Amino acid sequence: MQGRYPSDREIWELARGMGLDPYPVLFESVPAPVLYEYAAYLIPGRMSHWSYGKAYHAMKTRYDYGLNKLYEMVINSNPAYAFLLESNSELENTFVRAHVMGHVDFFKNNQCFQHTAKDMVEVVSRHAERVRQYEFEVGREQVEKFLDAVLALEEHVSPPGPELPRRPKTATLPSTEREKTWVEWMRPEGGSPARVPEVKPGTEEADDLLLFLMNESRHLDDWQRDIIGMVRDEMMYFWPQVRTKIMNEGWASYWHVKLMRSLELSDDDYVNFARLHSQVTAPMMYQVNPYALGYAIFCDLENRFGKEAIFLSRTVDDDVSFVRNYLNEEIVENLNLMVYGAEQDSVVLKSRASESVREQLVRELVHGGIPVIHVDDGDFNQRGELYLIHRHEGIDLDIPFAERALHYVHQLWGRPVHLETRADAKRMILSFDGQADSRVVL
Amino acid sequence: MAGFVPDWSLQRKGATDQRRHMEKVKQALKERLPDLVSDEAIVASDGKHVIRVPIRSLEQYKFRFHPWQGDRVGQDQGQGQPGDVLGKLPRRGQEAGQGDKPGETPGVDYIEAEVTIDDIQGLLFDELGLPYLKPKPQATIPQPTWKFKDISPKGLMGNLDKRRSLRQNLMRNARETGKARVGGWHDDDLRFKTWVDEPEPEDNAVIIAMRDISGSMGDFKKMMARTFAFWMLKFLRTQYRAVEVVFLVHHTQAREVTEEEFFQLGESGGTKVSSVYQLCQEVIETRYPPGRWNIYPIHFSDGDNWSDADNRRTVEVLETLLPAVNVFGYGEIREGGYTSTLMAAFSRIKHPRFKMVTMTQRQDVYPALKTFFPRHRKEG
Repeated sequence: MQGRYPSDREIWELARGMGLDPYPVLFESVPAPVLYEYAAYLIPGRMSHWSYGKAYHAMKTRYDYGLNKLYEMVINSNPAYAFLLESNSELENTFVRAHVMGHVDFFKNNQCFQHTAKDMVEVVSRHAERVRQYEFEVGREQVEKFLDAVLALEEHVSPPGPELPRRPKTATLPSTEREKTWVEWMRPEGGSPARVPEVKPGTEEADDLLLFLMNESRHLDDWQRDIIGMVRDEMMYFWPQVRTKIMNEGWASYWHVKLMRSLELSDDDYVNFARLHSQVTAPMMYQVNPYALGYAIFCDLENRFGKEAIFLSRTVDDDVSFVRNYLNEEIVENLNLMVYGAEQDSVVLKSRASESVREQLVRELVHGGIPVIHVDDGDFNQRGELYLIHRHEGIDLDIPFAERALHYVHQLWGRPVHLETRADAKRMILSFDGQADSRVVL
Repeated sequence: MAGFVPDWSLQRKGATDQRRHMEKVKQALKERLPDLVSDEAIVASDGKHVIRVPIRSLEQYKFRFHPWQGDRVGQDQGQGQPGDVLGKLPRRGQEAGQGDKPGETPGVDYIEAEVTIDDIQGLLFDELGLPYLKPKPQATIPQPTWKFKDISPKGLMGNLDKRRSLRQNLMRNARETGKARVGGWHDDDLRFKTWVDEPEPEDNAVIIAMRDISGSMGDFKKMMARTFAFWMLKFLRTQYRAVEVVFLVHHTQAREVTEEEFFQLGESGGTKVSSVYQLCQEVIETRYPPGRWNIYPIHFSDGDNWSDADNRRTVEVLETLLPAVNVFGYGEIREGGYTSTLMAAFSRIKHPRFKMVTMTQRQDVYPALKTFFPRHRKEG
């Protein structure tokens, strides 16, 4: 291999030879604006919305000023797509290809990804097409305003665990039938439009605000239900990536090191590779670098329990269990991890003890760091009002934000909405009836 | 996929959505114009000042955790000990949201737009127009004039500047071959004379800014007058090539002052508005013949005039002034809810060029500007 960089095929074979099991990977070089666009939308061809444009603008500005550089972008699909920055050097591209092998193996084998659509690039472009069609039919402003609300609530889905059934796929149907059957599918059998929205505790609907709104709101047109469904499908697809950021990046970093070391690089290339690796795993002040943490845990795990252990972990863990099970004192110390927080009007370093760090990090990672909101009653006061409960687990909601987010819920529900939470250790009910906000402390 | 060479220039979704976002930022700023226009930080600036304006309508409100409750895990350099203070907590919940710089301390995201005076000017002036532009008699409009004043590398052959072109050719040869000789002509060597339009001498405007400096005009009223005059001046400067400003102040007597004095003077004593209107008339007659000047007198007062007799006198002078001016503005700045005797006297004047507004709070400057300079209004 000396003097020549491996081809896409060779590096894939090499990865398989070392025990990885990736999907086939299609690599493509793209110019910076395209790569940054994909990164802002998280996947090529996704529907249009100004919030993605904002993200794109921010990312591209940072790139233009040389503040950060994205080397690649991988899509979880079969075959997987990997986009490389056109301006990468040969060595950088080899490094990135090696890194991508880790990601693609992870997508294929980690249990969290079991239910993700493997043709998502096609799915999102069909979504984009439908949204464009709706813009044409009901007007751009209307669709945008509706998307503003749905996207603000997009995180409130119930990510399927391995045992939950999949929502029927609709996008593969011929378009003539789709419009009609969509609504039927979304309602349980025998559902008539006039029935009272009912919440069955412990069901998927009760934990899935978007699903509930889509199925039960009586103030939505078909196109609106369809948009909620699309946004929800896309969120379901991305959710496993939210849950496994540390593992996924750690696994990819572990494998770029393994693969690059097996290549017998020239001294110059080796130095450059080492520099790239240390850039990727550089500490991030007051944040946690997921590449560094994941990499450190996988290395430590292999040292202690051997290769089988890391492969087992990559299959069965998510970030929460990964950190809870394997983050130890040595890693906390090596990565200078610490717990900090507010005290009066200052931010204070609180602890460097590994138990505190582990406990706190797990707390941050649970449910992707997003508050859990569940649907309690769809016919509150027997007046078709919606009653939501925030499952308070120690941290209050940002109340001003929650009040405004409740406006979005109202926009989708069409009747008064309520959210029960706790603030300053007291039960509090926020309400919005379309005209005025109210706050009741119990 | 093999063999397919994509045309990446067709990839424009990001750029399109980015533009939509910028449109929304602009729209949001427009909605905040009443506040921005009277923001002292802007008015006091030299034009370079950038202020950060939180834009609430562009925030995507989500159910999220309180940003400063609970702890977080992060990396540092390893030196810090438990108890060390890492930074100040950014204050939140303040409407203005200014001065919050999270810096190295991780913190809350504000949706902010950086706004310069030019941005605000652009948005504001989109909304303003020049009513009652005086139709000038044909004779006073000079033929458009032009002069050869400039040199350009592109132009018509007939306007070739031979001397300068030769010089360029010589210089290039000297640079390239080391010998200053003429020959081997390139298109780049050629220089052309170009002309510029000469400004029309009549395209001038004068603002006659008048202000009541009697004892009753406090800091707030001064600030309002200043803010209004600031934008008015800026606006008229974009409309005319030359704008002159005459500053007049008055209590019971009127006099001409400098710009600095105009905004700072605070005196005591009573008010006789007619005095300043007479002085205004004198200034127009002696220095700014209406045939050649667009005249914009504007008067700020709290309307607390001396007597009804003087109110009558004031109205008389004003009525003789009106035909000569483009717009005559009277801005009454009040802190209470009463109607002044002057305002009552003025309200009988039904002349289209006379504009009256009342300003009682900062946000009133913006509608006042729109009243004086309405857009899409034809000569009445």
